[in-house]
Amino acid sequence: MSKNNEKYGLLINYEFCTGCHSCETACKVENKLTYGQWGIKVAKDGPRQLENGKFEFINVPIPTSLCNLCEDRVNMGKLPSCVQHCQAAVMFYGPVKELADKMSEKPLQVIFTPV
Amino acid sequence: MSKVLDYHEKHKNDWRWQEGDVTATRTTMWTGPGCHNGCGIVYYTKDNKVVGIEGDVNNPVNQGRLCMRCINYLESTNHPDRLKWPLKRVGERGENKWERISWDEAYDIIVKNVRDIQKNYGPESIVAMEGTGRNIVWQVNYLCYSAFQSPNFTLGFLSGDSCYMPRAAVEGVTNGDFFLVDCSQQFEDRYENPEWRAPEYIMIWGSNPLAANADGFFGHWITDLMQRGSKLIVTDPKLTWLATKADYWLRIRPGSDAALAMAFLNIVISEDLYDHDFVEKWTNGFNEVAERVKEWTPERAAAVCWVDKDALVAAARAFAKAECAAIHWGVAVDMAVTGVSTAQSLNSLVAITGNMDVPGGNILVQYAYGQGLAYNYGFENVPQDVAPKRLGNEYPLRQMGFGANAHEDAVLEAMESGKPYPIKMLWLQTTNPIANMAGEAPRVYAAMKKVDFCVVVDLYMTPSAVAFADIVLPAAMSSERWGNRNWYTPLRTITKVAEYYEAKSDEDIILELGKRLQPEFFPWKDNKDWYDWIMLNEATESGMTFDELQEKVYSFPKFEYRKYEKGLLRPDGDPGFNTVTGKLELKIELYEMWGLDPLPWYEEPRESPYSTPELFEEYPFVMTTGNRSYEFFHSEHRQLKLNREFHPDPIMDINADSAAKLGIKEGDWVWIENRKGRFKQRARLDQFMDPRVIRAEHGWWFPEKEAAEPSLFGVFDSNCNNLTSMCDNGPTGYGAPYKNQIAKVYKCTEENSEIMPSTQVTRLGGFPYVKK
Repeated sequence: MSKNNEKYGLLINYEFCTGCHSCETACKVENKLTYGQWGIKVAKDGPRQLENGKFEFINVPIPTSLCNLCEDRVNMGKLPSCVQHCQAAVMFYGPVKELADKMSEKPLQVIFTPV
Repeated sequence: MSKVLDYHEKHKNDWRWQEGDVTATRTTMWTGPGCHNGCGIVYYTKDNKVVGIEGDVNNPVNQGRLCMRCINYLESTNHPDRLKWPLKRVGERGENKWERISWDEAYDIIVKNVRDIQKNYGPESIVAMEGTGRNIVWQVNYLCYSAFQSPNFTLGFLSGDSCYMPRAAVEGVTNGDFFLVDCSQQFEDRYENPEWRAPEYIMIWGSNPLAANADGFFGHWITDLMQRGSKLIVTDPKLTWLATKADYWLRIRPGSDAALAMAFLNIVISEDLYDHDFVEKWTNGFNEVAERVKEWTPERAAAVCWVDKDALVAAARAFAKAECAAIHWGVAVDMAVTGVSTAQSLNSLVAITGNMDVPGGNILVQYAYGQGLAYNYGFENVPQDVAPKRLGNEYPLRQMGFGANAHEDAVLEAMESGKPYPIKMLWLQTTNPIANMAGEAPRVYAAMKKVDFCVVVDLYMTPSAVAFADIVLPAAMSSERWGNRNWYTPLRTITKVAEYYEAKSDEDIILELGKRLQPEFFPWKDNKDWYDWIMLNEATESGMTFDELQEKVYSFPKFEYRKYEKGLLRPDGDPGFNTVTGKLELKIELYEMWGLDPLPWYEEPRESPYSTPELFEEYPFVMTTGNRSYEFFHSEHRQLKLNREFHPDPIMDINADSAAKLGIKEGDWVWIENRKGRFKQRARLDQFMDPRVIRAEHGWWFPEKEAAEPSLFGVFDSNCNNLTSMCDNGPTGYGAPYKNQIAKVYKCTEENSEIMPSTQVTRLGGFPYVKK
């Protein structure tokens, strides 16, 4: 959804996503989603060992077509429920332009624009 | 972005407000359903029911964040399986046949039984138990001591008190205070506090704090610190997410922690990486410790602990050379016979590297505002001639007050033998021992069946209630009770915002029963009145009443670093630590007085690849248990559809090559067996586990299955405690090998699955070993 004609989205700093499922649960509860339905879902890769001996274990929450960026909450002045409850504090909501600036600060981030 | 968060800014100083016909209340969750944290939440209520819940953005503890168990609180609190009113057993134990009774009738039955047992056997024949404790950590013991007049308050057959108490007892005699990683949790302005800094290294030992949130420690503070530059050392048999992010992962053999911890000390001391100034000024017994740990060379520790030698040496150097570093330890420390020794060494490592009570190190914490009620609260109300009869009183740490509760293993032995006296009544509040806490669960089941009278106070009908209870009382959940949280800071209130049928708060049940039994010890009008009294008499440094604190939501006492320099730790106000020597006791003088080894030591687990090599050929895996999940708190949350969608079945981890050799594929159901019994879980193949180690989940029962025996909610079918032990403790009485049994693994087939463990235990007298 856009506000003041601005496109909004979610930035995820997936370097520190622990895969704790809080975003998935928050979305299910907020949107009363039934078994098998997800407004956001964590994709996992790993753990894998790299040639240099270090490990890689990536979690990335991906919003689905059921995500409306918590329009009602945002209109009340709250954060989207997934963003607020993210235990690792790696999710950010805002205008895509601002998120893009934030994205340039460090690697291992991604922006989603579900609506 | 500015519009977002307006809501939270607007309500920053409100503790309660109205949104149409919905009331919002900022308070603390603690608990049930279970957890050991105490996060700030906002309840939304209507007509005495919770209709919404979310994290409190304005609470510095969790800063708006929550784990899935709180986010899904509505499913827990409104679940149709919740106990709604008192029940009296009408069938045989285990038949799950009940009759609804009134609270008065329930209390009358309990009072009559208590009086009869007190008269015929003595009050010591009554044992009161708690498990994780919901929000009550000093109330069940108060009931036991003050109302039942028995000294036998204890935990639900937690062998060797193996959860935090070994560490706490060690810290009691070495520092006089507990330590925590400095995550700025002691400051209201948190990461902005100018005195605070992030540890350069955090060593995480035997814990997955992200899922565990143990002992008032919000696990994801660790990721906050990682985002602020902290690096990790992780000691864990499993490559957890945190371990993948660590500079050093030490894949320890479960049960060998005490040896590895001594090797850390040895490397730091022999390479002269310790803080000479701190050691000289503030510690006791350094030279003796240095001498003792010499034998734990990196080579020897690597061989015994199955860790990489180079990683061990590098990790020890990194920890010692860091400007500030801290240890976060978990229950794996406690869950070995050598638990107290591991705790002593790790505590000493923090001390000699100069990281005790400094910014970015391990801070020494106390209960906020001096509100220090614990397991000894009310013990003075036990009659003087009865108090020394406390089971396990022969252990000096207990006798001297470093641990107040009776010894669980001694309680079990008394139940089995009738010696030194018989146990006639069990009061189980917040504990479901056969599902979760009890080692050797089938043995405990047999012993509990013999007890004459048993009361269970819980949220749901549990396997332990079905198997043993004569009376079942419904407990309130967090939104339905008044309370406080002080473990450790800030001091927080829990506000009652809802009602559920006839459920009562644990404290109200204790008060109402206490008033009928020994009214002189229960002068408080109700639950809230009791907390007000606590605020005015125990948390006096706050200068607040309960209502005043409730409106503030939380309150941080002033915190100071390096309290030992400032005379803030000892009652006499002198600098130093609150110990017998006034120093931090690397060598524990009290142990020496009591005839215990005052220095760290190592002993192989009593069944292990090295202590029983022939047995290890038959049972070729070391099994660790008890790893935490995001979905569940111990045996709780299994009713919840949402949580089970994430985690439908019990899971064991096994090295992929070891599994292939046994013909086991991902997701196969497998039996895990040793001489004591067997249980089944689903295999998850793991490339990075040691091929000789397996890891099984705990706390599994299946609320969706038949409650009555022989099924008993399937409580023994997937129960890792069919394989653990009771009465196998260290010389202090603390520690038990929950995390280091040996076992074999084989695939479940139709032929080998004819008799399920629940039937074996409830109908066939248990596994042969137990029958012996």
